[in-house]
Amino acid sequence: MHRLFVFLIAGWSGFLVMAIELLSGRILAPNFGNSIYVWGGVITVFMLALSVGYLLGGRWSLRDPSLRRLASLLIAGAVAVIPVIFLADPLLDWLFDRIRDPRYGSLASAALLFFAPTAIAGMVSPYAVRLLVNESRHSGHFAGLLYFVSTFGSAAGTILTSFYLVLYFEIDQILAGLIGVSLLLGLLALVFGNFGNASKQ
Amino acid sequence: MRRSNRFNALLALFASFASFATSPSTAMTVVHTEKSLYRNIVVYEESGERCMSFTRRNQTTRQTCQFLSDPNQFVFTYTRMMMGALYLNPHPRKVLVIGLGGGVLPMALARMFPDARIDIVEIDPAVVKVAQQFFGFNPSPQIQVFEEDGRVFVKRAGKSGRQYDLIMLDAFDHEYIPEHLLTQEFLFEVKALLTPDGVLAANTFSSSRLYHHESTTYQAVFGSFYNLRIALKNRIILIKMDGLPPLDAVKANAVALEEKLKPLGFGGDWLLPLFSTERDWDAKARVLTDQYSPSNLLNTLF
Repeated sequence: MHRLFVFLIAGWSGFLVMAIELLSGRILAPNFGNSIYVWGGVITVFMLALSVGYLLGGRWSLRDPSLRRLASLLIAGAVAVIPVIFLADPLLDWLFDRIRDPRYGSLASAALLFFAPTAIAGMVSPYAVRLLVNESRHSGHFAGLLYFVSTFGSAAGTILTSFYLVLYFEIDQILAGLIGVSLLLGLLALVFGNFGNASKQ
Repeated sequence: MRRSNRFNALLALFASFASFATSPSTAMTVVHTEKSLYRNIVVYEESGERCMSFTRRNQTTRQTCQFLSDPNQFVFTYTRMMMGALYLNPHPRKVLVIGLGGGVLPMALARMFPDARIDIVEIDPAVVKVAQQFFGFNPSPQIQVFEEDGRVFVKRAGKSGRQYDLIMLDAFDHEYIPEHLLTQEFLFEVKALLTPDGVLAANTFSSSRLYHHESTTYQAVFGSFYNLRIALKNRIILIKMDGLPPLDAVKANAVALEEKLKPLGFGGDWLLPLFSTERDWDAKARVLTDQYSPSNLLNTLF
């Protein structure tokens, strides 16, 4: 059960990152267009954020790793998406007036809006590996399983968002849904993590 | 994903060559091919016409064609229909064209109105190059090209207070829609660029579910418009900022423009019957916005 939550959180954070990445192109398009370099800016920021997240998540897993802390990462990531709903329009207009070149405009916008949530979501994977591995002999096996689950989640987030969600919902509604599911899953894991610890003692 | 797109494009190219090769009456020669950041551009000649086409997805779409014997004459019905904008504003002085293609529309306007200034926005530098090399497109002090995204240009122009008395929106084809150029917010930004008596002509979609969504979106921003439609083929939306002129006034302008339009190969007897204000779309179709703009899905799925 403990493991199930670890896998669920890892898979969902993969889903979350790709869903947001796809929407980010849409969010930037009214101000910076849809050219190849706008996507270049977006993907650069997401990759950088993930790389920093992996680093930090691994470091953080050294001290008292627990399911509750993993759940709190997911909750923090979801909270970091909230400004995208409320601040994107004024922020993008502000940047549009200051940065003429759409390459750097999109890079700066993507960095300000999406770096934090993506980096936090990136922390989930290495942290989750730590929770799964008991013996170093099994580390590769669990790391592989976890990559599988989180990347599978990314694939699901990509196809569901681009094929179906955009056809029925507004961007902000999709973002709110993503935040809602993240908070729900995070809170469930928190409760379960507490309960699990208590029963162990 | 990227690889399969490219593969499809190659397949399409091959298939289109193959089909030309098997029909003996039309000999097709490829004049030029070019890979740009956005698409594969092919220039070919066939049955006395030179065409620019984009290969994308699994189809080849013709963007521009010219008669080799008379490059000034319009080959496509949609370009003729776009000229209907002149029936609403017979003397444009400041023109904006979004989407260059081979440059047929702006070149014709420049010939007809030597004192008009024409700005063109084209996202793809390769298209500008091909238009110049193969379609007689010729930037000059009168005709200026801006190589950037149409949405970005329009937003910037609005902030700097630029105004146009004729805007032509020609950034779509049947295969691909830049979705951020078909939303309520974008049309409001375009509206802000129009002079108080300015005219907008938009080349849009005549079929699929998108027809209804696009109609309600234009209506939400501009109110009533002339709808020039050839079912399953072309659709042009014509808007005038100070209200649609009655058909009598449109006819009077058509008569006055008859000589100017003649070299393009058509006149009022062909164009005027297309003018309609009849609402033939589903008025409840959801308006497209920056938040909700699945235009490509609406165009292909339904």
